[in-house]
Amino acid sequence: MLALETTDLTKDYRLGFWRNRVKRALEGLNLSVEAGEVFGLLGPNGAGKTTTLKLIFRLIFPTSGTVRIFGKPLDDHSVRSRVSYLPENPAFYDHLSAQEFLNYVASLFGLPAAERRRRSGELIDQLGLSASRNVQLRKYSKGMIQRLGIAQALINDPDLVFLDEPMSGLDPLGRREVREVILRLKERKKTVFFSTHILSDAETLCDRVAVLNHGRLQGCGELTAILRLGVTATELVLEAPSAEVTAALVPYASSMIRTGERVRLEIAEESKVERSLEIILQRKAKLISMNPVKRSLEDYFLQKVGAEEVEKSGRSADL
Amino acid sequence: MRVLTIAIHTFKESVRQKVLYNLVAFALLLIGASILFGSISVGVEQIILITLGLTSVSVFGLLIAIFIGIDLVSKEIERRTLYNILSKPVRRVEFVLGKYLGLLLTLLVNTAIMTVGFYGALYYQEGRLGRDDLVFLGAVYFILLQLAMVVGLALVFSCISTPVLSAVYTFCLFVIGNFSADLRTFGEQTQSALVGTVCSALYYALPNFATFNVISLVAHAQSIPAYLWVGNSFYALLYITMLLALAVLIFEEREFR
Repeated sequence: MLALETTDLTKDYRLGFWRNRVKRALEGLNLSVEAGEVFGLLGPNGAGKTTTLKLIFRLIFPTSGTVRIFGKPLDDHSVRSRVSYLPENPAFYDHLSAQEFLNYVASLFGLPAAERRRRSGELIDQLGLSASRNVQLRKYSKGMIQRLGIAQALINDPDLVFLDEPMSGLDPLGRREVREVILRLKERKKTVFFSTHILSDAETLCDRVAVLNHGRLQGCGELTAILRLGVTATELVLEAPSAEVTAALVPYASSMIRTGERVRLEIAEESKVERSLEIILQRKAKLISMNPVKRSLEDYFLQKVGAEEVEKSGRSADL
Repeated sequence: MRVLTIAIHTFKESVRQKVLYNLVAFALLLIGASILFGSISVGVEQIILITLGLTSVSVFGLLIAIFIGIDLVSKEIERRTLYNILSKPVRRVEFVLGKYLGLLLTLLVNTAIMTVGFYGALYYQEGRLGRDDLVFLGAVYFILLQLAMVVGLALVFSCISTPVLSAVYTFCLFVIGNFSADLRTFGEQTQSALVGTVCSALYYALPNFATFNVISLVAHAQSIPAYLWVGNSFYALLYITMLLALAVLIFEEREFR
């Protein structure tokens, strides 16, 4: 079953005093997220990631298109109790303590008092807020607020969690904790949808990713497939090769870097890799390692975003 | 249930605001001071105490209703705490109703405190409290109806405007509402049919607060007529319902960018 499905989701904003100028923030977004997967929505700042999340939660309304969660619209309140949302740079009631705030949020889900106490206590401990549970939120640091945000997003044990820039404001320890939270959710077969512009996080956590830029979907696919397709070259590392060996390998290598006693070669074509290995074996050179050079998610992202930028500059040049 | 949860949360948030304590303290001070003002002229001490005391309850209640009412929704929007709440299984109508009831509860508690202060001052001056003094509760009831309508107005403006403008609009409508009878009279006496129609329409559309002011009546030991009890209660209920419906309508269509 699809946890989330958007069909031709489009959002236009009307600007100007007479509201006669139209700014398209999102165009024809078609996304589907399977239940139980971790899905990353990537994009540079202003790409439309937060707009997408706000449309999903009906904080803003679509110009056209639909959103369905577990096959139903979000207006259906049976769906609302199965999902949760952490907004970007969350803000909470600063006169409340963490305990009070989580209790309030839990009561909005209709949880009984004993259950509210149990869950809020567990989440406060899990997210490292035990020492500050009764401190007013106005005294919390940004990182603590972010952790509390994750806690409130998990209070109802949701089946689908939406996180908008969940690592924002966190130190490396905090980021690791959030990564562990997401991985634990995945182990429990929960669905996680998170938006980020930090690609390393997406690469570590996501099953599938989508790239958004200027409100349009640039690409979408399984992470393993994206990275597998991106084997661009083979890397060979030699220990103290003779000048004769390096000279023989130069015609086959697209790059050759010497670092102390070691020489690193990158060879693009597979046929050239075979020929290079023959040379190394014949001349009895010492081969330390041989690895595929894989395209990173960053490369994929830049390719998708860059293609959009080239197309836009081309169109503006034509004008 | 969610309406009640939001109402209780709003009440707790309101009572933690320092401006509330300052206003209530000031009101109690003024009520206390009205005992001294009564000594200006012999024979009118009680009238002055009742008039000044109940007017203090009304004015400070109005200030509380406006100061806290204007922030009901706009503060949540400005601070983006609303995003979190609306992502929960909370309907927008539940949010608006909860906010309204929460502030109403705050006003109820504060008016009760000021009323106790008023009766305290009365007891100090008269040395006793009797069944006759219960009539002042009628004036307090009408003050509460007025404040409930003012909160409704503040809530509507809070959904569409900034806090400062909401305060200005609410206050202006309160003032106009106290002179709505003059508006009708002007409309009846004008020679222009258009002006007359406009004045008449405004008279019915704008809230009529004048009929809720029975302070002068009770200060002169007169009882509140039955038609005012029934009429004002129905009018307030109807007007509050309309205001809440308008607030909900506005809020349902509002986008939070």
